[in-house]
Amino acid sequence: MDLFEYQARDLFEASGVPVVPGIVASTPAAAAAAAVKLGTPVVVVKAQVKTGGRGKAGGVKLARSPQEAAERAAEILGLDIRGHRVRKVMVAAGADIAEEYYFSLLLDRSTGKYLAMCSREGGVDIETLAVERPEALARVQIDPIIGLDAAMAAQIVSTAGFPAADHAAIAEVLVGLGRLYRDNDATLVEVNPLVKTGQGEIIALDGKVTLDDNADFRHPEWSAYADTHEQDPLETRAKEKGLNYVKLDGNVGVIGNGAGLVMSTLDVVAAAGANLPGQPRPANFLDIGGGASASVMADGLEIILSDPQVKVVLVNVFGGITACSEVAKGIRDALAMLGEKASKPIVVRLDGNAVEIGRHMLIEAAHPLVELSDTMDAAARRAAELAANQE
Amino acid sequence: MSVWLDLGSKVIVQGMTGSEGRKHTQRMIAAGTRIVAGVTPGKGGQSLTFEEDPVPVFNTVAEAKQVTGANTSVIFVPAAHTKQAVLDAIDAGLELVVVITEGVPVADTAEFVAYAQRSGTTRIIGPNCPGLISPGKSNVGIIPPNIAGPGPIGLVSKSGTLTYQMMFELRDIGFASAVGIGGDPVNGTSHIDVLAAFEADPEVQAIVLIGEIGGDAEERAAEYIAEHVTKPVVAYVAGFTAPVGKTMGHAGAIVTGSAGTAAAKKAAFEAAGVLVGHTPSETAALVRAALAG
Repeated sequence: MDLFEYQARDLFEASGVPVVPGIVASTPAAAAAAAVKLGTPVVVVKAQVKTGGRGKAGGVKLARSPQEAAERAAEILGLDIRGHRVRKVMVAAGADIAEEYYFSLLLDRSTGKYLAMCSREGGVDIETLAVERPEALARVQIDPIIGLDAAMAAQIVSTAGFPAADHAAIAEVLVGLGRLYRDNDATLVEVNPLVKTGQGEIIALDGKVTLDDNADFRHPEWSAYADTHEQDPLETRAKEKGLNYVKLDGNVGVIGNGAGLVMSTLDVVAAAGANLPGQPRPANFLDIGGGASASVMADGLEIILSDPQVKVVLVNVFGGITACSEVAKGIRDALAMLGEKASKPIVVRLDGNAVEIGRHMLIEAAHPLVELSDTMDAAARRAAELAANQE
Repeated sequence: MSVWLDLGSKVIVQGMTGSEGRKHTQRMIAAGTRIVAGVTPGKGGQSLTFEEDPVPVFNTVAEAKQVTGANTSVIFVPAAHTKQAVLDAIDAGLELVVVITEGVPVADTAEFVAYAQRSGTTRIIGPNCPGLISPGKSNVGIIPPNIAGPGPIGLVSKSGTLTYQMMFELRDIGFASAVGIGGDPVNGTSHIDVLAAFEADPEVQAIVLIGEIGGDAEERAAEYIAEHVTKPVVAYVAGFTAPVGKTMGHAGAIVTGSAGTAAAKKAAFEAAGVLVGHTPSETAALVRAALAG
């Protein structure tokens, strides 16, 4: 889960990392009030979106009065930045920037350890810096058992080549960021820029934090980060039902068991549809998980059938732990419950655990919308054809 | 031989007294696995009966190992307690620890994987994996034992159900070993570790590698194959239709920026001379051709 900048800023503050005062606003009037409250001669109005490049997109602007803050907020609110609509701005106190640095701490998948990256040249596009002048970006591996402690912070600061006079102050901030990373189950903490002010203070001026969704059971406070605006309504409903669902842009609804098999099914559907009229594509990813019961299957099918973009549904299950009989029962139950409201064809491929019973149940029910297919490829092809015919 | 399991593997089930642990212990025993003990802290001294044989439960892995001589553990405990269970198994000096549990916080995984490396003794497989099977010999985890029998194929996969699908496609040929390494961002055993084991295993004549979007493990595996693997390898990658920034079920299956796409992984395999199937069935056909040829 990615956090908004203002949420990251609050976490920095709570972890003892110096930040500038900032207030969130969702209307121009609130932005003006925030500027009054901050009371600095200059404020920065910053779009709160979970994507990069907002400066270039006109999402960050200076204001020299509360009136101007309201005007800038009016310009920024509602902007579409890389598909993200701006619903909030943060009005932040202007800072007296003497130098800009870069720091990040992240999970390094290639080693299974953490990686700290630090540069004296911040405020720039760090990916460009890493490619063009890799020597300017210090990379230090962090042992997950120990974390970013004072000794590692000292090593990072010295590897990055900061002048000795600044070592202690910067290292202290890095230790705070390391603590934030550990205590909040983060997978990324990035500060860009980390600045030195004219008074020699080290401040995190802009930050990005990504949290590990798997750790939500030990962070009840994360419920405050729930962001339903960013979610498709069908995704919200699926989440309430405990289903693993991602909305896509096609017209073939897909349900399967196991993330890998469902991803594979999407690919096979897209390939089958590539040469057909209207090029049918998958409408969603839906994984009912391992050992799913009939009611989970029925919930999944109901959500897919309620998607107006869906023309055809493909059910592809290889029963390892999941019993095909439960899947068949779920299909039967969902159709019985929906009655007349169910009007889209459902192509079903079942194999593995309890396949004979499952197939037999569907053949016996003989529902006019349900069609059995023998293989994954044939089922995908049939679903794509049915979708193409309905265009 | 077979990869990391043999007829002598003596297996502990951590979390055997829970419903998942109990169900899968039953299945593993039915498949011929030598389950010698269960471990559940606080329930030591009890025993559970499977096929009329009692299996003792211990409070710690160290006790269970001391009494039974176990060398392997399979973990079904809930995500919140998984780290402690794995550390317990590493401290007891087990050789192989298979972590089935899904939803383990990645900080916990990073910590226990680093701890296992430091031990120099314990290999971790998983977390969030279906385990491993050497058909006819042993089965540690949740891979259904009846999909395919023994044979010349070695299979390594991030995904459980794609493992089953691929074993099903090639059930007439059979498998020396199938290893599910799990779909999380950090795992104890990588594609490369399994490729090295398959290369060294005389029973394996052809290798199937199943990858998916996210990270660069497939790209690194491709480099490794080009330099170190002499046996034929056929790869399959899932997730060509996955959009950037959306997690596809597995915590690790997410395309970030330009990195981790299925197309990039396919290109890396092809550059390394590895054949890539577009679908599971086409992948199976390529494996047949490799074995025939």
